[in-house]
Amino acid sequence: MKVSSQIIIDAIWETLYMVSISLFFGAILGFILGVTLVVTRKGHILQNKFIFGVVNPIVNIFRSIPFIILLVAIIPLTRLIVGSAIGTTAAIVPLVLHIGPYISRLIENSLLEVDDGIIEAAKAMGASPFQIIRKFLLPEAFPSLILSVTTATIGLIGATAMAGAIGGGGIGDVAITYGYQRFDNTTILVTVIILVAFVQLIQSIGNVLERRLRRVS
Amino acid sequence: MIEFKHTTKEFKSGNNTVRALYDVNLMINKGDIFGVIGFSGAGKSTLIRTVNLLEYPTSGEVIVDGKNLVNLSKKKLREEKKNIGMIFQHFNLLNSKTVFDNVAMPLSLDRIKRKEIEKRVNEVLQFVGLEDKVHSYIDQLSGGQKQRVGIARALVTQPSILLCDEATSALDPQTTKSILELLKRINEEYKITILIITHEMEVIRDICNRVAVMQNGEVIETGDVFEIFSKPKTETAKNFVKSVVHDEIPDSVYEQLQKSEYSGRMYKLDFIGVNAGQPIVSQVAKRFDVDVNVLFGTITELQNTPFGNLIVELIGEEVEIARAFEYIKSKNIKVQEVTTHEGELTDHHRCDLGNVIHG
Repeated sequence: MKVSSQIIIDAIWETLYMVSISLFFGAILGFILGVTLVVTRKGHILQNKFIFGVVNPIVNIFRSIPFIILLVAIIPLTRLIVGSAIGTTAAIVPLVLHIGPYISRLIENSLLEVDDGIIEAAKAMGASPFQIIRKFLLPEAFPSLILSVTTATIGLIGATAMAGAIGGGGIGDVAITYGYQRFDNTTILVTVIILVAFVQLIQSIGNVLERRLRRVS
Repeated sequence: MIEFKHTTKEFKSGNNTVRALYDVNLMINKGDIFGVIGFSGAGKSTLIRTVNLLEYPTSGEVIVDGKNLVNLSKKKLREEKKNIGMIFQHFNLLNSKTVFDNVAMPLSLDRIKRKEIEKRVNEVLQFVGLEDKVHSYIDQLSGGQKQRVGIARALVTQPSILLCDEATSALDPQTTKSILELLKRINEEYKITILIITHEMEVIRDICNRVAVMQNGEVIETGDVFEIFSKPKTETAKNFVKSVVHDEIPDSVYEQLQKSEYSGRMYKLDFIGVNAGQPIVSQVAKRFDVDVNVLFGTITELQNTPFGNLIVELIGEEVEIARAFEYIKSKNIKVQEVTTHEGELTDHHRCDLGNVIHG
């Protein structure tokens, strides 16, 4: 059976669906974890040995599990959350758990780039820890955060290719099941071109946004 | 008013304890421009940070306007911090925001009406001379302009104390001058007490009325700026004074003296808190039958009083020169003949200095 253009179009939608939904939840999770990792570390505004000591290894654990393993390992959890362990929606749960910790590390790096002097100035003017995060750290790190999310999105597209293992569908799945397993080089080429186009587009959007925010012409 | 009482601060790193401040006792009066000078690592940065509790003292107290901030609740402390403005060596401004938003920041932390914020920000930007930069971003400004934004941000909450942490150390000499003038204006017009830490004696000379010298976490000398400049007690203070007032006689003067055909006489005049400078030179020339040739000099101004020295050559009859010498002495100016005995003069000059200051 040859690949119809309908299959490709459906796959594109599936990929977009998985990427956007898991990016949304993954970004929320990553944001919370990333900010926590920064502000609870030693010497920071909400220094807390216990919280940092719990969050930091958890993030490391999730970062070190290969996605294909994670996909299968958390099937019970997936079933609990979305009611089924197979399908495109089911793939979103492992994708979020995969990309969230990844985003948290990127966000952590972006926030740590902010000059300590900014925090000192904020403290000197009597800002509360919450205000320091919201009015000083985040705005200063924002351009860098955009680049982080761009990187994460591209990583996420790669991860969706494996979602086929649990019937998630998507472009990567088409490449494997139609292209690789049936020796259909044309399909592989087409899917790869689509993926490259995706990545290029997302990276370009990210770069343009970041440059705008930094007011670099 | 800021009062340090036995303030000590220790930092622990592993098994090591580093003492950044040791038993500091200082009284900074309302309206002072108080300078703290020391080399890097002397503890002055830590000292200024204990005032607004960016650093908590390990022991001892810091009293700000009668209150020990350590005892306040978090909410009260934040309130109190609005009364203490601070500016920094590297400005610490938000690059993501405009000049207006940077200056408005301390106000926007409280629920203050937009109208009121606008009024206050524009007022203070006008005061620092940046009214045309309201909508610029920080990276479009020069160093001096950035520090003006920092100053505007510190003033916008109408504090009674301004802390300056090496505020001019990242600026060129010209810009430093203009920022120091601005600080002086703030002190005079808003009656704000200024505590300034620096490693540049020029800063102390130009705007401070009182000064403390720090070394290894301790205040080793303190007093009126005039006092420190005229009779520094410690080696460190002496070195700082020398960095702006050169009181050594240059080699060229000695060389001149050693020439066999040289017939004039040279004198070193020290001006310490007396009305002098040019008038004394011209008066001597007018009253006596001598020519006065100024060879070398450093005259600087300390709180509107000239301070420094001149090396002059008096040419004329011995009697006239002697009379001129007596005349200069009668004007409360320390005067001394420069002879070829280099070492002798310098020593003599040093120990004499103290007696003449308040003469």
